[in-house]
Amino acid sequence: MSALTQSTPAAARSDAAPEKELRPPSYWPFVVPALVVVLAIIIFPWVFTIWMSLNEWKVGSPTTFVGFANYLRLTSDPRFLEAVGHTLVYTVLSVVLPLILGTLSAVVFHQNFAGRGFLRGVFIMPMMATPVAIALVWTMMFHPQLGVLNYLLSLVGIPAQLWVFHPATVIPSLVLVETWQWTPLVMLIVLGGLAAIPTEPYESAQIDGASFWQVFRFITLPLIMPFLFIAGMIRMIDAVKSFDIIFAITQGGPGSASETINIYLYSVAFTYYDLGYGSAIAVVFFLLIVLLAAVMLYARQRMLWTEIARGA
Amino acid sequence: MTPRQIIGKIGLWVSVFVIVSPAILFFLWMASLSLKFEVDNAAYPPVFIPDRIAWKNYADVLASNRFLTYFVNSLIVTGSATFLALIVGVPAGYGIARMAAHKSAIVILIARITPGLSYLIPLFLLFQWLGLLGTLVPQIIIHLVVTVPIVIWIMIGYFETTPMELEEAALIDGAGRWQVFRHVALPIARPGIAVAFILAVIFSWNNFVFGIVLAGRETRTLPVAVYNMISFDQLSWGPLAAAALIVTFPVLLLTVLAQRQIVAGLTAGAVKGG
Repeated sequence: MSALTQSTPAAARSDAAPEKELRPPSYWPFVVPALVVVLAIIIFPWVFTIWMSLNEWKVGSPTTFVGFANYLRLTSDPRFLEAVGHTLVYTVLSVVLPLILGTLSAVVFHQNFAGRGFLRGVFIMPMMATPVAIALVWTMMFHPQLGVLNYLLSLVGIPAQLWVFHPATVIPSLVLVETWQWTPLVMLIVLGGLAAIPTEPYESAQIDGASFWQVFRFITLPLIMPFLFIAGMIRMIDAVKSFDIIFAITQGGPGSASETINIYLYSVAFTYYDLGYGSAIAVVFFLLIVLLAAVMLYARQRMLWTEIARGA
Repeated sequence: MTPRQIIGKIGLWVSVFVIVSPAILFFLWMASLSLKFEVDNAAYPPVFIPDRIAWKNYADVLASNRFLTYFVNSLIVTGSATFLALIVGVPAGYGIARMAAHKSAIVILIARITPGLSYLIPLFLLFQWLGLLGTLVPQIIIHLVVTVPIVIWIMIGYFETTPMELEEAALIDGAGRWQVFRHVALPIARPGIAVAFILAVIFSWNNFVFGIVLAGRETRTLPVAVYNMISFDQLSWGPLAAAALIVTFPVLLLTVLAQRQIVAGLTAGAVKGG
């Protein structure tokens, strides 16, 4: 969305070419310090990670170049493949649920009511709070005997659950925390989208006597689609990388039932200190995120084309 | 008001209540846990508002001598990482915006997508070779991974919206680029800097993954210290919840006080570290 708004001033400036030619080098000194920092802490680690992934590199033993052996090892590592599965399930749930709840919340926050600013501040507290501190309290709430969640379930007649202490419920329980934490971000992005919608379509819909649901489905939803897409993209990137919550609550357990790629990467690199193999996981992990983003972009393009086709 | 409007009004307030309550109830429960004695925390059905309040939980946490060390560590790491990020990031955002070098933002995007652990492996080795492990320096440097992209991203967006006319006038009057930046652009950009500062502070303060790898016993930041309390030292819930609340309280306070800036920053950049 920013690319669109930025293109106009940029184009205007390049039209004034003669004036610009006198200036270009002079802005470089402003950028150089940051460039050095970015090279040192972002580019260098990346290049080094790729190099390490081609080596057998364990802390305390000599390193040897092994080519793509680490990558081949990944394809037959059952724990890694299992982690990929966990990551995908976790990600899909942690994108879809916040998107739905966040959109509904945004519709509510788009209305005018007293104390809206303050309540919006309260609403975004879960995503700003320190994840480890949050995780600690959720762990207590998940406790099968003393936890407040099972007590709340008992009030409505649902039997006690084992939550994060059972392999079958651990991922949904963690998704519950993730959803609680990140629904506010979706809400903020969609709220920004709602604010940008012109009022005319609503006025004519009101004149035509459209119901609340019809207005939402046929006016609001199509207009906020670009924002929902951005929110979905950001959510996907964060959900795939999710670490703090999972690590602090279950450390990938029970057994390996909630071990995602990121958690497995941590064990390989910093429990077993197998840095070469860990680097290979990091590279594949990054490529997986890029791939998921590309799939989402592709799906979005397809949707746009079918929309245009239907319109024509 | 017509009956229909009244129903609409009630509906609105019910919806507001429903969507805000998960956040409110969670933090109230957190406070409740932190203010109860062990007996009340282990009671079933749970006690929501205790008869006796256990201020002792907080006193215990604050009195444990290491907690103060960890608090100071957090202050130093977050403070330095934010300060350094502003020093290099604000001019960079200015330069990139004025040169209209939008492609350079791709690096920021890559930084945003990369999992934090991938930075840790090579930088961990680097710090080991340099013999820096055991000091706070590695953590300050690696927190720049979080703070620098946030600052640059927000400042690019901000400087693009500030008017060029004043700067051009100053240039014509013979001011140098640096003077223009220092005396014209920077004062106008103050609200943008505030947004970048707040977000950088919060995401650096909250960071956990860098600390668990790089921090030794003496160099833990608060999130790492709290995590270690779960696994080793503490089994009773009261002091644990109190520690958790102390760690996250500064952030919560900042969130409510500066919610306008935070919302502006998050929706403009939607950058998060880690």
